Amino acid sequence: MSGGTRLENANPVIFQRSGERLLTASEEDEDVHDPIDDREIFDLIRSINDPEHPLSLEELNVVEQVRVKVNDAESTVSVEFTPTIPHCSMATLIGLSIKVKLLRSLPDRFKIDVCITPGTHTSEVAVNKQLADKERVAAALENSSLLEVVNQCLSTRSI
Amino acid sequence: MKEALSLVQRLSAHPDSRCWFVSWNPTGTLFASCGGDKAIRIWGREGDSWICKSVLHQHQRTVRKVAWSPCGNYLASASFDATTCIWKKKNDDFESLTVLEGHENEVKCVAWAPSGNLLATCSRDKSVWVWEVDEEDEYECVTVVNSHTQDVKHVVWHPTQELLASASYDNNICIYKDEDDDWECRATLQGHTSTVWSLSFDGTGQRLASCSDDRTVKIWKEYPNESGEGDLLWKCVCTLSGYHGRTVYDVAWCPLTGALATACGDDAVRVFKEDESANPDQLVFSLAAQVTKAHSQDVNCVAWNPQEPGLLASCSDNGEIALWRIQEDST
Repeated sequence: MSGGTRLENANPVIFQRSGERLLTASEEDEDVHDPIDDREIFDLIRSINDPEHPLSLEELNVVEQVRVKVNDAESTVSVEFTPTIPHCSMATLIGLSIKVKLLRSLPDRFKIDVCITPGTHTSEVAVNKQLADKERVAAALENSSLLEVVNQCLSTRSI
Repeated sequence: MKEALSLVQRLSAHPDSRCWFVSWNPTGTLFASCGGDKAIRIWGREGDSWICKSVLHQHQRTVRKVAWSPCGNYLASASFDATTCIWKKKNDDFESLTVLEGHENEVKCVAWAPSGNLLATCSRDKSVWVWEVDEEDEYECVTVVNSHTQDVKHVVWHPTQELLASASYDNNICIYKDEDDDWECRATLQGHTSTVWSLSFDGTGQRLASCSDDRTVKIWKEYPNESGEGDLLWKCVCTLSGYHGRTVYDVAWCPLTGALATACGDDAVRVFKEDESANPDQLVFSLAAQVTKAHSQDVNCVAWNPQEPGLLASCSDNGEIALWRIQEDST
């Protein structure tokens, strides 16, 4: 973050939050196996707090349901996120928060890929490579001060 | 496929954590494992099964790799806590002998030279260190090499010569030689399009296998440098692509059988065999055996037993170790 209270993007555009998930009859039926779907993944990440603003990633349009792809049968999840400005220095932290949230929430069988929406960040390739490197992610999460920042992004705020 | 991998045993090695690496001792009677639980475990055979003989605690963070000295009496461990620990075997146990400090951050790998007198370490700080060991078990850093522009993921020694290779997040492989007590990078192998995670020489040391986040395995071969001076010449003579569904984290060349095993982020263990009749400058490998769900999560490491042909150990993000035996497929 650049010095003190100066925000990189002081006046971000704020988007409306999506409504609650509408449950279908088969979803309410306990005897039917519900595969994990895009909306379920989106619900896990939309309330993550932005590291700079008192807003959620959904409200800043950093995450959108159309950029979440899940394949329950193949156990893969991919999420693209869009930093609010192309030189946002928080991109790696935001990506890491999304990745940690999904690692903590989903069954172990899932392969989780988190990357920047193509063409929306100046260091896209470097950030994507870092987020894909599980050794770097594991080492980062052993760093207690970084882990604290990630946990703040993941803490629940009443929305 | 002509052969099959059959499961010998599955061990819950580092529960609720990740098992990063396994390493056999030179006689193949023990292996060491390490993981995200900061522990090192030593495994030995009792009757028909492998059991945990001891648990070593010393490191403050993840233990990323372990390596046995060529004599089998010492064990080195590389940790995210920026240190490398040297352990000495005493009867059936191990005691911490010394802690090597110097790297700025995570040590990613450690390897002993075939003579046992040199040790190499590498780190996220982009450097490779070569340490000299004397008879009093004293370790002294002789060279720090900065030939990579990013984290160095792996170091491996040539099986007979004092030649060192390293793999990096910068997508390159470097080969080092001793020049008047100073280790210098003498060749940079370019070809992978993403992080190179691991390396393995074949039994003779004439060829080097590398594996990468680009989902390929490459085989490199040394050629005589016609100018007679200057850099070493290593060329890529084979690329295995299309087999691996995600990052290839490890590659191991069996010195006894010549089989090439891989550990992949798609949960599979694969074994490739070389077509001996192929042109030596354009090698051909084919998939001899694979277990697609070898583990329920990423496979991080594969290691061939150095004495018992076809006995393979693998380990995974789910904390497990599996032992496999490669056999002619009867079906």
